[in-house]
Amino acid sequence: MSTKDQSAAAQYWRANIRLLSKLLLVWFLVSYVAGIFLADVLNNISIGGYPLGFWFAQQGSIYVFVGLIFYYVYRMNQIDREFGVEEE
Amino acid sequence: MDTQTWIYLVVGATFALYVGIAIWARAGSTGEFYVAGGSINPVANGMATAADWMSAASFISMAGLIAFLGYDASAYLMGWTGGYVLLAMLLAPYLRKFGKFTVPEFIGERYYSKTARLVAVVCLIVASITYVIGQMKGIGVAFGRFLEVEFATGLLIGMAIVFFYSVLGGMKGITYTQIAQYVVLIFAYTVPAIFISLQLTGLPLPQLGLGATMADGSGMYMLEKLDQVVTELGFPAYSTLKGSELNTALLTLSLMIGTAGLPHVIIRFFTVPKVSDARRSAGWALVFIAILYTTAPGVGAMARLNLMDTIQTGPVGEENANLVYENRPEWFRTWETTGLLEFEDKNGDGLIQYYDDTNEEFDQKARSEYGWEGNEMVTVDRDIMVLANPEIAKLPSWVIALVAAGGLAAALSTAAGLLLAISSAISHDLVKGMIKPDVSEKGELMAGRIAMAGAVLGAGYLGLNPPGFAAQVVALAFGLAGSSLFPALMMGIFSKEVNRVGAIAGMLAGLGATLFYIFMYKGWFFVPGTNLLPNNADNWIFGIQPESFGAIGAMINFAVAIILSKVTGRPPAHIQDLVESVRVPRGASAPSASH
Repeated sequence: MSTKDQSAAAQYWRANIRLLSKLLLVWFLVSYVAGIFLADVLNNISIGGYPLGFWFAQQGSIYVFVGLIFYYVYRMNQIDREFGVEEE
Repeated sequence: MDTQTWIYLVVGATFALYVGIAIWARAGSTGEFYVAGGSINPVANGMATAADWMSAASFISMAGLIAFLGYDASAYLMGWTGGYVLLAMLLAPYLRKFGKFTVPEFIGERYYSKTARLVAVVCLIVASITYVIGQMKGIGVAFGRFLEVEFATGLLIGMAIVFFYSVLGGMKGITYTQIAQYVVLIFAYTVPAIFISLQLTGLPLPQLGLGATMADGSGMYMLEKLDQVVTELGFPAYSTLKGSELNTALLTLSLMIGTAGLPHVIIRFFTVPKVSDARRSAGWALVFIAILYTTAPGVGAMARLNLMDTIQTGPVGEENANLVYENRPEWFRTWETTGLLEFEDKNGDGLIQYYDDTNEEFDQKARSEYGWEGNEMVTVDRDIMVLANPEIAKLPSWVIALVAAGGLAAALSTAAGLLLAISSAISHDLVKGMIKPDVSEKGELMAGRIAMAGAVLGAGYLGLNPPGFAAQVVALAFGLAGSSLFPALMMGIFSKEVNRVGAIAGMLAGLGATLFYIFMYKGWFFVPGTNLLPNNADNWIFGIQPESFGAIGAMINFAVAIILSKVTGRPPAHIQDLVESVRVPRGASAPSASH
C-alpha cells in the first residue's frame, strides 16, 4: 500500500467512525435515556393510550433501531464510493 | 374438523416441507456446508437470521414475561433487538470481509494465537450447548402438549427432522429451512394477535391496539384499564418501571452485546455475497424480528387482561365477582393437567381469588374485608400465555394448530443454527485448525457431518436428561458471548493496538468475572446450595442481578486487554495490515478455508 492509499484508508475509517458514533448516540438516546432513565418523566406525556416512556421502551426504540441500520447502509454505500473502496 | 386433527395436519405439512427442502438443498463442499457457498440473497439471509435468532424463548416465553413484568420486560425487547444495531455497525461487515468460516478462526488469526482460538472455541461451545438445551425442552413441551405424545417421543421426532436437514444440507439446508420456518412462525404469532386485538380494541394491529381505547364501551385506554385491573388486586402497576434503572440498563446492555456476540448469529452473515450485503442483511434481519417483537407487547398485555378478566369477573371484593371453580373454562382444565396452572381453594368458598398476597397492605384488607385467605392461583406458569392465548380468546381450531406449528418452527430453526455453529467449531477449528491441518476437503466435510450428528445426539440427550440448571443457563450463554467474544471481536476490528496477550487475558478476565458473579448467586456450576449469597435484590451488589453482569464483564475485558496491550507492545506488522484490510469492503471474496 502506498502512503497515499494509507491516508485515504485512514480518512475512510474516520468517516465511518464519525457516522457510527452519531448513530450509536441515537441508539443510546432512544433506548437507555427515553426508555429507562427518563421513563418516569416521559410517562407524563401520552401519545394516544401510550405513555411516552413506555412507548419508547416497548415500541419506538425498535422502530428507530431498524431505521438506524438502513440509514447506515445507505450512508456507508455513499462513503464507500466516495473513497473508492466499494466492491466491484 | 376438531383441533387435534388440525394440529396433525398443520404440523405434518410443515414437517414435510422441511424434509423436502433438505433433499433439495444438499451440501457438496465445505463452503456449502459452513456458509452455504456465500451465495445467499441478503433479504433471504435476513429472514433466515430472524428464524435462527428467534428461539422457543422469543416465541413462547417472551410475551408471558411481558404479561407478568409489564414495563420491566422492556429490557428484553430493547436488548434482543438493539443488539442488531451493534452487529450491523461493529461486527458483521468486517467479519464478512475477513472471509472465513467461523468466529474462532477470526480470533485465532487476528490475535495470531492458537490459544486465543481455543478460548473462543470453548466459549462458543459452552454458550451454544447451554442455549440448545432450552430449544430441545421447547420442542418436547410443544409436542407433548399439542400432539399428545410423550415428551421423549416428541423430542425424538424433532431430533430426527433436524438431523436430516442439518447433516445432509449443512448451512445450505439450514438456511432454506429457516426461511420456511420464519414464514410459519411469524404467521402463527401474528394471526392470533390480530384476532385478539380486534376483539379487545376493534383495531387489527396489536402495535396500535395496545395504545387504543377498549372496545367494551368503557372509553378507557387499554393500558389504563390494565393498570386499574391489576392494581385493584394488589399487583404492581403494569405501565411503570418497578426495578432499578441501573439494573434495567445493564440488563439491556448485556442482552445487546450478548446478541451481537452469539456465534450462531454472526456466522449467518458469512453466507451473503458482499460486505455491503452483510450490512443490509442485518437491517432486514431486524425488520423480520421487529414484526414479532413489536407484536409481543400487545400479546402480553392482552393476555394478562384476558386472564384477569376471566378470573375476576366483577368488582373486587363483591360477592359473586369471582370465577366459580366448577365453571372454569376448558383451557383452564387442559393446562391444569400439565401442572403449569394450579388452583388451591384456600378459603373453601369454591371461588377463585387471584391477587397479589405478597402485597401486605392489600393482603390484610382482602383477609379482613373480603374473607379471602391468600392467592389461590398458586401456579401460573408464564410460558403458557402464548400457547393458551388463542384458547382463552376462543379462537377457531386452525389458529391453535398454527400456534403449535409456529412454536416448533421457532425451536427447530434455532436448534439447527446452534448445532451448525458447534459442529463447524469442532470440524473446522479443532480438527482442521489444530489436530489434523492436512485433512482433505472431503475429509473435513465428513468430519463436519459427523460432528453435526454428534451434536444433534448430544443435544437430544441433554434435552431428555436436562441438568438441574437448565432454566438458568440462558444468562450464562449471553454472559459468555457478551463478556468474552463480543469485546474480542470488536477490539480485533477497531483497534490495531490490542495484541495476543491483551486479548487472551481480556477474554479470560471478562469471562472469569462474569462466571464468578453468576455462580456467587446461583451456586458453583449451578449446584444448588453452593451459592455464597442468596439470589435476591437485597444481596446483589449495587442491585445488579446476575443476568445483568455480562455488560460489566465486557468492560473488564476491554480494560484488561487495552492496558496489557499498552504494556506489552503492538502486534506484528502483518496483523496491522490484516486489520487495515478488514476495514475496507474492496477485495472481498467468497469465504474460503485457504490461507
